[in-house]
Amino acid sequence: MKRIYSVLVENRAGVLSKVAGLFSRRNFNIDSLVVGETADKSVSCMTIVSTGDERTIEQIEKQLNKKIDVIKVKTFKESMSINRELMLIKVKYNRDNRRDIMENCQIMGASIVDMSKNMMVIQICDTSERIELFIEMLKSVSIVEIARTGTVALTKCKEQ
Amino acid sequence: MIGAQAIVKCLQCENTEVIFGYSGVAIDPFWNEMLKTDIKKVLIRTEQNAAHCASGYARVSGKVGVCAVTSGPGATNLITGIATAYADSIPLVAITGQVNSDMIGSDVFQEADITGAVESFVKYSYLVRNVEDIPRIFKEAFYIAGSGRKGPVLIDIPFDVQTAEFSGKFSYPETISMRTYKPTVNGNIVQIKKVIKEVEKAKRPIICVGGGVHLSAAEDEIVRFAEINDVPVVSTMMGIGVMPTDHPLYFGMVGNNGQAYANRAMNESDLLLMVGARVADRAVNRPDLITENKVMVHIDVDPAEIGKNVGPTIPLVGDIKHIFEDFLEQDDHNDNHDDWVKLLKEYKKEMQVERKPAGAAYVDPQIFINKLSDAVDRDAIYVADVGQNQMWSCSYYKVKEGRFLTSGGMGTMGYSIPAAMGAKLADSKKQVLAVIGDGAFQMSMMELATMRQYDIPVKIVVMKNGYLGMVREHQHFAYDDNYSMVELSGDPDLSLIAAAYGMGYMKVDGNSDIDGSLIEFLKDDKAFLMEVVVDPMALTR
Repeated sequence: MKRIYSVLVENRAGVLSKVAGLFSRRNFNIDSLVVGETADKSVSCMTIVSTGDERTIEQIEKQLNKKIDVIKVKTFKESMSINRELMLIKVKYNRDNRRDIMENCQIMGASIVDMSKNMMVIQICDTSERIELFIEMLKSVSIVEIARTGTVALTKCKEQ
Repeated sequence: MIGAQAIVKCLQCENTEVIFGYSGVAIDPFWNEMLKTDIKKVLIRTEQNAAHCASGYARVSGKVGVCAVTSGPGATNLITGIATAYADSIPLVAITGQVNSDMIGSDVFQEADITGAVESFVKYSYLVRNVEDIPRIFKEAFYIAGSGRKGPVLIDIPFDVQTAEFSGKFSYPETISMRTYKPTVNGNIVQIKKVIKEVEKAKRPIICVGGGVHLSAAEDEIVRFAEINDVPVVSTMMGIGVMPTDHPLYFGMVGNNGQAYANRAMNESDLLLMVGARVADRAVNRPDLITENKVMVHIDVDPAEIGKNVGPTIPLVGDIKHIFEDFLEQDDHNDNHDDWVKLLKEYKKEMQVERKPAGAAYVDPQIFINKLSDAVDRDAIYVADVGQNQMWSCSYYKVKEGRFLTSGGMGTMGYSIPAAMGAKLADSKKQVLAVIGDGAFQMSMMELATMRQYDIPVKIVVMKNGYLGMVREHQHFAYDDNYSMVELSGDPDLSLIAAAYGMGYMKVDGNSDIDGSLIEFLKDDKAFLMEVVVDPMALTR
């Protein structure tokens, strides 16, 4: 099962390694982990996506809560939250496929943010599934590099 | 005032009586300031034992144990001691010196990233960046170590922070304000009532006590609760001594190395109160089966333990002493489980394993430990090391009003002698024994010098069989007696070791010598080394 953990932590040196270390020590998966500041500068928010059985999911939450630098843990299913990931993808293009690529970008709501004579960088912000789909669509083009942020998530305004 | 003075002041504010440690340049400013205090300082012989000493001290005094060592190898040597304390939830504050702040990260002499290295063995750690933070950090460290699920906290203090001028007035915080750490103390009243209902309903209730009961000092409350409700008690290794061994409601230690009748009692119960126990692999072989045909109540101060190893339960989170006080207050029933207790007594009689006594050339461990139990003071503190000697101690030592200490979670060889030293310093009036094999003795015999230097009279029993017996026993069963890496043929002459450290010494090599030897062994309050020759081929069961 996939779960998203939104973890508020003290914004201090070493906290990221403590939380990441907990996952490896306890044999929990990390699908993705994102950290950023919150409106309160003394607090950071980590968004961790993990998979595991029911017991593991419960243990992850409990073990996170046990960490002394952790202020609050919220756990939710993907369907309960708005989830977004940013990807930058660098591709080679030529006269023949340029139009195709641009059409794909238009369909998927991606934008071209940098360009040279034969390469372009495309930016897309969407759910992980749609980003996977976008990569699939670009498979026929020569992909040079990909950088993805991992998922950030907030619970929906009206909780289900 | 400099940082090192501020540290000493913090320790005084925490009423620290004794600190175990080792010197080194990076921790020298601290030891220099410690000269001016009457806090007892014990220079141990290797850093690991500083943590073990502090652990023994903490377990007997009920306070937080303190140790301090230098940076680099001093700090890394301490790790096994810290991990041992972590596995058994023993409250420690470990102070380590560190290289100058501006050098950190450049691999200078005796630098080690100790906060990084101990992360998975500590409850929390600090690297002190600013001298002004010292009072707050120490206040928090002692609070974290000694509250909730107890455990070790490490404070790493760079040399320049120890020597920096502490501007302003030193004031030790009276209260803690940590938004992230608020351990649960009181049990949820709805859950408490639910548990009491289950106890009233149960026909075959049983309580399994773990080390958490000692940590919460809830022994009396549990014994009273068991007596009032006529509920039998079994224990994990860490829970030995919660109830006196000869109590009519006590039915021994559970687990692979425990008594068969204790396991049977637990399995056949219809209500199991698991109290301050992790349901660890050595205590419960198949945690998935333990909840079959019964209601299980799991009482623990750490919510993460509930559901970690064992399935559906009635969870009850909080301090055990508080919870059992509430039980005693809420529960006015005097239940009677005569039939159940009678059945367990029959099991105990039937399933008592008769050991074949050792041949004349050896001391039989069962006979020896039985006699030792009768010879020691009623309130003696018995520290068992790790290995076959530990299993024999668990099975045959009878705790009366004293304590039984051992390294249960980590199983760290060489724990007993330093832990016994710490225990003796916590309560000098009590008789303190360390019972150890010849393998672990050679891991820790350097501390005989510390015992002599500070006159810490621990009574040591070395069960000598020339083998790492527990592993030899494993190889006997699992590898058809193909012994690999378990023979200790280079063992030293223990009489010379004892003489070298100025200790009394005696060798016992037959059952007929036991009685007389024990009188000599325990006749006064002086350090003594007793060598007990055990059959190398003896088994624990």
